[in-house]
Amino acid sequence: MSMTEKHKKLEKNVTLLGVAAFATVTIGGLVEIAPLFWIDNTIEKVEGMRPYTPLEQAGRDIYVREGCYVCHSQMIRPFRDEVERYGHYSLAAESMYDHPFQWGSKRTGPDLARVGGRYSDEWHVQHLKNPQSVVPESVMPQYGFLAETPLHVKDMEANLTALSRVGVPYTDAQIENADADMKAQANPDADTAGLAERYGDRVNLRDFDGKPAKLTEMDALIAYLQVLGTMVDVNAAAAEEELATEKGR
Amino acid sequence: MADKRLDEATNTETVGHEWDGIEELNTPLPRWWLWTFYATIVFSIGYVVAYPAIPMVSKGTEGMLGWTSRGDLAKDIKATSDKRSELVAALAQTPIERLDPDSDLMRAAVAGGRAAFKVNCVQCHGAGAAGSKGYPNLNDDDWLWGGDLKAIHQTLEHGIRQPGDDQTRFSQMPAFGRDGILSAAEIADVVSHVRTLSDLEPKSAASQRGAVTFETQCSICHGPSGEGMREFGAPNLADAIWLYGSSRDDVTATVTNARYGMMPAWGQRLDPVTVKMLAAYVHSLGGGENFVEQAAEANAEPAEQETDATN
Repeated sequence: MSMTEKHKKLEKNVTLLGVAAFATVTIGGLVEIAPLFWIDNTIEKVEGMRPYTPLEQAGRDIYVREGCYVCHSQMIRPFRDEVERYGHYSLAAESMYDHPFQWGSKRTGPDLARVGGRYSDEWHVQHLKNPQSVVPESVMPQYGFLAETPLHVKDMEANLTALSRVGVPYTDAQIENADADMKAQANPDADTAGLAERYGDRVNLRDFDGKPAKLTEMDALIAYLQVLGTMVDVNAAAAEEELATEKGR
Repeated sequence: MADKRLDEATNTETVGHEWDGIEELNTPLPRWWLWTFYATIVFSIGYVVAYPAIPMVSKGTEGMLGWTSRGDLAKDIKATSDKRSELVAALAQTPIERLDPDSDLMRAAVAGGRAAFKVNCVQCHGAGAAGSKGYPNLNDDDWLWGGDLKAIHQTLEHGIRQPGDDQTRFSQMPAFGRDGILSAAEIADVVSHVRTLSDLEPKSAASQRGAVTFETQCSICHGPSGEGMREFGAPNLADAIWLYGSSRDDVTATVTNARYGMMPAWGQRLDPVTVKMLAAYVHSLGGGENFVEQAAEANAEPAEQETDATN
């Protein structure tokens, strides 16, 4: 029996075909997916990564809720045109606390992986309210309602608990203070010593939407945008050298 | 059952299935397709050997070529910067005010500035540099802080109202209403006067009263006739260009609360050559002014350099 005749037998027996297809997919999965869990250099060891603060996490939830990912990726690929436009290419470590991640290569709008600190808060407010007022050719919808909508998170502690169960290293103190930390971050009058202690000195502590008295969804979203890509100092010379010479990637 | 039966109409072998008289024909893949498929399998073996591919215990195989996406990027960036190095070196040593407007260097600087502008500046100043409310138009010849190369460069380098930069452009108009310096009625009068300066409204009793207040409160920075003063970054109020709008409401809001626009100090974020390129580009947009002060001194040296080069 020739090779093609043998194959005919496989094609005509649905059980045999099912078993063979399963075996093939299993091998593919073992080779392509499984190693990511044990290979050391899948996620680079970098300094500076921390879990999102409750306010940033709330902003992230709004980002996902509004479908921002449909037009904006958060993954700068290692190509010169992208690096020159958006900044240093993204590292896997930089999205290790993202659930779900926001990677992608389909961009209607620009990549946002390093948008943090690039624009002022005022710019973000104006741009979210009316994108065309600052970028006339933009096709982005208007999100002015975010500035009017008070930030309402039913149970921030539960959110952080859920994230900690999928591997985000929130401490017990961070989870316990989740709600208070969320409100304090955008309130210039609040006592933020505890927040800074729990999340580090580099956390952006300020009113983000220009309305200090009110905690809005705009505050949360801008707090999230302003931290994107700023946690890791990727441009430190040593890091750069190491990343460029590493083999097998 | 006959193993091989030919379909009468097409003379093609059937696979032997039949449903209500409908039979499936056996039309094999074209040979060229099949052989291309086999070729890709053979190619993949070579590819796996040459490039990083198979995950092992602690990391993936490196591949015989030693290729990495990040190393490739580093090479690409180096190649580009090598290509530009001559230009960058020339720009680095030429003081901005001595860039010859008709030189290749200037043209290259403007081109480089155009690219950098698209990345860093369009978000506020707009793709065509036409600005919008609160963000100045860079195409016109109305400059808050000066429009010659050196002034533009200084604004770019040190930004506007940047804390921690002692050369930053800084002006602080009092918030006349919020801080209680003027009453609401006085502000309304001043607004009337300011709007008469550019013929937005006719002179009236209110504008006459406003003129007196203007004289004591505003003319120190904006000048007696509202023509502005660049040393203080005080805008010209007598022209048709309004950064924050010319309607009564807009001008009233400006006088009441003042406006404190900001621009990043690009000297801290970009390399010096890119900042120079940006200055050259912004200067080239149409409103660029000639460098006047110390022009005699500035002109003397490029001439010398040129003769050196030709010798």
